[in-house]
Order: sequence, then structure tokens, then C-alpha cells
Amino acid sequence: MSAGTNLAMKSLGSDDARIVDLSTSTLRELNGALHALNATNETLWRVLNPRGLHAIAAGVDAPVTIEIDGHVGYYCGGMNKQARIVVNGNAGVGVAENMMSGSVHVTGDASQAAGATGNGGLLVIDGNASARCGISMKGIDIVVKGSVGHMSAFMAQAGSLVVLGDAGEALGDSLYEAKLFVRGSVASLGADCIEKEMRDEHRALLAAKLEAAGLAGEVDLGEFRRYGSARTLYHFHVDNVSSY
Amino acid sequence: MCGIVGLFIKDPKLEPELGGLLSTMLDVMCDRGPDSAGFAVYGAGAPGAVKLTLRGPAGTDFAALGGRLGLPVAPRDTHAVLTIPAGREIEVRARIATLAPEVAVISSGSRMELYKEVGLPADVAKRFNLAGMAGTHAIGHTRMATESAVTTDGAHPFSTGPDQCLVHNGSLSNHAGVRRELEREGLRLATQNDSEVAAAYLTHRMKGGDSLGSALEHSLEDLDGFYTFVVGTESGFGVLRDPIACKPAVMAETDQYVAFGSEYRALVDLPEIGKARVWEPEPAKVYFWERAA
Repeated sequence: MSAGTNLAMKSLGSDDARIVDLSTSTLRELNGALHALNATNETLWRVLNPRGLHAIAAGVDAPVTIEIDGHVGYYCGGMNKQARIVVNGNAGVGVAENMMSGSVHVTGDASQAAGATGNGGLLVIDGNASARCGISMKGIDIVVKGSVGHMSAFMAQAGSLVVLGDAGEALGDSLYEAKLFVRGSVASLGADCIEKEMRDEHRALLAAKLEAAGLAGEVDLGEFRRYGSARTLYHFHVDNVSSY
Repeated sequence: MCGIVGLFIKDPKLEPELGGLLSTMLDVMCDRGPDSAGFAVYGAGAPGAVKLTLRGPAGTDFAALGGRLGLPVAPRDTHAVLTIPAGREIEVRARIATLAPEVAVISSGSRMELYKEVGLPADVAKRFNLAGMAGTHAIGHTRMATESAVTTDGAHPFSTGPDQCLVHNGSLSNHAGVRRELEREGLRLATQNDSEVAAAYLTHRMKGGDSLGSALEHSLEDLDGFYTFVVGTESGFGVLRDPIACKPAVMAETDQYVAFGSEYRALVDLPEIGKARVWEPEPAKVYFWERAA
């Protein structure tokens, strides 16, 4: 992250922020302006009246902070690169889907498929995420302070999912190499997902992810359990043919 | 796709605004279902009276029909509400069938009125002047047809029992089998639509003594497929999503109301929405609200 981003993180006053009110500007104007950002001094954007619109701040590729004041619709922050996006509210389906880098922070709940297919960056959800959180994730780190719904981390390939609450049914079904940490209960594990030993390297990884999410020292690492792939499904084996 | 909206008023001060609020919610959901739209409104009722919602071809002279029946009628575009003394429903239905066979009775109840038509939802709401309707709760639907043709009959809500209606986003996979069982039990369904089967199923359960909540619980066992249902009864309002939560749903609650929308966008113009508790209903969990008797 650039120095500009850090500066923006500290200064959230409206004086130096570029304000876009979606009750008077169109979504296309907002996203067009964000996509046009290059070497910019406009490092802090504040979006007012998001009104549940879809694809707010999707496709941004600039080291800026974007604060959105209210609930957003689908795909907010999708494909994000570099930007730090804060949603002060709930997010609809597919928040931060396919994120490449940067961060998305949802202060409320997230709907289904949060962080889906994400390649990188950090997604933090202060509330709960519903079904299929981290589906097919490919390197993103996701920290959910509440609980996640069913089929979370389905076919998750790389990255980490940290859940401070509970996980719904079929956690990590058909999992590849993503690392899953759950503090609460797991309703059930999906096919080929098993509990694994928590070794020092995993505790270090978990501590790093919690720190990145601003939770350093706030939760006891010992309360988490680790889940990962049993690796029996992803190499073809004729005996497993009915499970593919 | 399809869009669903629903509003259950808790604060009587808001009741005059019910239709206006639902109309705005329905407008926003046009892009989820531009084929057709419909809504059911639970408005005023009179003791001892039943309201029949009639639907006829464009140009139907409902005033003349009411005159011949000797009953008060309130026409709205292709629909009309006929108010009849309770106990005369079978006789009045038979007379309508004779006097005006082209007119269908699409709902019956002490308070519920039901309107639906093919067309852009915003236009449908205007044709029936939804914005001018008052009441305690209302449910609306914008349809993108999947399981049956784009016809007025295929539009939602479906009403299969007195003061009961259902809207559905999704598609059922075992509706043919459930339909056969319901027909064997004596229920008559008006269309080939899968959602009407769900409505009739709930009617059947409630006729057997189930509460709305209990009927919805049983539908988790007996109905297979994708669904988000929003259901209205004379006193209640219920929501159920299938166990894998295939179809979207957002709810909001304040001291004044409980609201449902397929997307949060549909709720943004509700009063004090910024202070509402907004949440996504969980899969396979029955939610329902009843008005105090």
C-alpha cells in the first residue's frame, strides 16, 4: 500500500475528501471517476446515499480510500486492486468478489458469496456473512467477526478464511489449499474437508490475519480450530468417481 | 429472476401510506421482473361482509354487473371489488358465472384485495392506483416468467384460500406431484403455475388447523425446489427461503413496520430506513408476524 493510502486511513475528515452523493450523481459517474484515477492526490473518497445500488466502486485500480456511508447492493468493491474500501453498513451479494489486492471492510453484515473467487487483498466483515462466503477463493484473506453461512469456502483454492463465530453446513466442501480457521462451532464439514492440527506456523498465520483485521490481541488463538483439505478428491481416483 | 416486496405495518399511523410505500418498492423491482406484476392489499373490512376481487377483460362493465347482482362494486381498471354479505359467496359466485362468464373471481376474503396484470410493474401499479390504497399489510411481485407463460393468470400473487395469498421467487421441482395430491384432497387450482401449488399447499395445511408458521414449517418437508415465499393472511405476514437460499431476500424492521425486499434497493425509500434493523433472512427458517387480534 502506498503512503497516500496510509494518510487517508488517518484522516477521515470531510475537508480533504472528494464527496460523491449518489442521490445526485449517477453510479456510472462515480465508477467512471474512480476508474480514471491515476497518480492522484484525491486519495479519500466518500460516497453518500448508496441506496443499495449494485457494483459501487467495482473495478477500482488506484491506491485510494473509498468510504461508503450506507448499505450497498451486489458486487461492491468487485475486482478491487489497491483501494481500501469501507462500507459503513451491510453489503449485498458478492462483496469484494474477485478482489486482487487492497482491502474491503464491511461494518455490518454481508450477503452471499462474499469474497468469491478473490485473488488477493483482505476482506473484513464485522457482522455475519451468509452462504458461500469465500466460494472458490484463490488467495484472498477473509476475516469474518460474526458467523458464516452454509457452503462457505466451497472449492476454495488458496488464501485464508478466519471466522470468529460459527460456520454453517458443508464448510470447505471440495476444498483445495485454502486455510480455514473457525473459533465457534461448525455445523458440518463438506466433502474432503477435515479438521487439521494447529501447528505453530498456522498459529502465526492466524495471528497475522487477525492483526491485519485490527484484532491483534483481542481474541485467543487457542480458541480456533483449523480445517483443510484431506486431498483425496482433487487428484483423480476412480474410486471417488461418484463424489466428483 | 422475479422481485418480491412486502410491507407489514405495526404503527397504525402508517396504514394510510401502505399503498404508496408498496408502490415505490414495486417500482424499484421492475428490473427484476418486467413481464407482469401483482399485489395483494389487506385493507378495511366490514363485519359480516366478504370482498370478492373480480377480474374481467378490458372494458368489462363492472358497475352494470354489480347493479344486476344488487351488490356494491368498486371497479379499478380490469379488476373490481364486490362486497357481499358473508354466507352468500357460493350463490354470488354462481350468479357471476352465469351473468358474466368472462369474469373470474380471483380472491375472496374479509380484507384482502388482489390485483395483477401483464405489463411493466410501475404501469400496473398506476393502473390500479396502488399508491392510493390503505391497509395493514401488503405483498407485491414483479415477474420474470420461468415455469409458465406470461399471462395474467400466471402473475402473482396467488390466492387459494380466504384472505390468503402467496408470492414466489424461484421454481418448484415437485409441483406436479404435490398438485396431484392436493387435487385428490379436493383443492381446485386455476392455473398450471408451480407457485399456485405452493399457495394451495399452505391453504390446505391451514385448513387442517395449522397456523401460518406451522404451515410454512411443513412446506420445508413437502416442497422441493428453489423458493423465497412471502405469504399473507388476514392477520399475518410470513417469509420462508429454501434450505440453500437460492433466491435473494432482505428484511428491515423498525417500530413502525416490517418490510421485505428481494434486494435492499427496494427498501431505501421506507420511513426511517437508516435506523431500521436490516438483515438477510436465514435459509429454512420461518419468519412470521401476526397482528394482535
